[in-house]
Amino acid sequence: MATSIKKLPEIEQVLSGNGACGGCPATMALRMVGKALGPNAIMLLTPACSVASMGMTPKLGYNWPCINITFASAGSSASGISHALEIMQEKGRIEGELPTVFSWVGDGGTYDIGFQALSAAAERNENIIHFCYNNEAYSNTGVQRSGATPRGTFTTTTPTGKRQPKKNMAHMMLEHNIPYVATATVAYPADLYDKVVKAKSIKGMKYIEILAPCYLGWQFDMPDTVQLSRMAVRSGAWLLWEAENGKISFSNPTAHFINGKKTPDQVNEYLMRQGRFSRLLQGPDAKERIAEIQGDVDREIAFMRERAKITI
Amino acid sequence: MRSVTKAYRPISWPTLGAGGDTGSWRVHRPVVNHELCTKCQFCWVYCPEAVIDRKKITIDYRYCKGCGVCAVECPTGAIAMEKEE
Repeated sequence: MATSIKKLPEIEQVLSGNGACGGCPATMALRMVGKALGPNAIMLLTPACSVASMGMTPKLGYNWPCINITFASAGSSASGISHALEIMQEKGRIEGELPTVFSWVGDGGTYDIGFQALSAAAERNENIIHFCYNNEAYSNTGVQRSGATPRGTFTTTTPTGKRQPKKNMAHMMLEHNIPYVATATVAYPADLYDKVVKAKSIKGMKYIEILAPCYLGWQFDMPDTVQLSRMAVRSGAWLLWEAENGKISFSNPTAHFINGKKTPDQVNEYLMRQGRFSRLLQGPDAKERIAEIQGDVDREIAFMRERAKITI
Repeated sequence: MRSVTKAYRPISWPTLGAGGDTGSWRVHRPVVNHELCTKCQFCWVYCPEAVIDRKKITIDYRYCKGCGVCAVECPTGAIAMEKEE
């Protein structure tokens, strides 16, 4: 049972008047993360929208110590800080609970550029939380394709639609045998909150991926951010699950699709709402291209259903 | 001998309005109809800017960017988007 919205804590770590776009899903998700982690944390940011939305020096839009690092080094920098904190505690320079070290990284810094440092940190099982807010493109630099971009998407570097499917990054992190992996999205804030609270209590490497529908990159109307996020889950294009020590459990409503109680919505309606698929839907081979995307979605559901059966 | 440890001062401090008075970005203004409001707090939880007061359901127009997520997510339709003068 997820925490009720009315019982979420009062604390705000994202301050009003930051530089993010109106309706930004990244700040929406970061607010929930802030409620779960509390003020005792250190935030690392690689170049991403969230760095741009921090605001102008000498002001800062987030109520944490924030460190801006290079694109490729999210995993290694977080590991270093986590080690330094442990040593400072041993020497008696820090008293009380150690701060949580977490990196807040976009999909470019996780799927593509930051992957090797992240993979190495996961293999060493460092005591950090890696958040990936996945808007399925390099939105900060004007929407270029990334490893997270799904098939058929229009971006500035794939003007006729991307031909390759996206990676299943959360599953790749699961195969590093780390203690905790989870996926979440902004439309289910209580679910996201619970997952972050659980991740905070576990020692070792934690990976949480948050789907963040970016209205600029995905080309829909600004107020529909949460709607699109909900449609992605209901159509099965985004699966909500968590894995504790390799045991996968699905969150609602994805759990209904996995155990066959409900069938996910057709992916068409989800695609139609987004301008980034409009060229694909107007083309002469629209039907085959939509069938390809539906095939990707169905494959992912079938794969995760079978993967969840492996619990050893 | 000089001490090795040196406290570095951060260059930025957490402040409200780090991006300026972001209310000036707004094209449409959300207006709450308190007669329809059931205080379910959906607008508060989905607001990306944290400008909605949780108990009173009032909006801080100094920083509200007018994205309209609260108006779409409100289950009773108590929030209307009105064109900014």
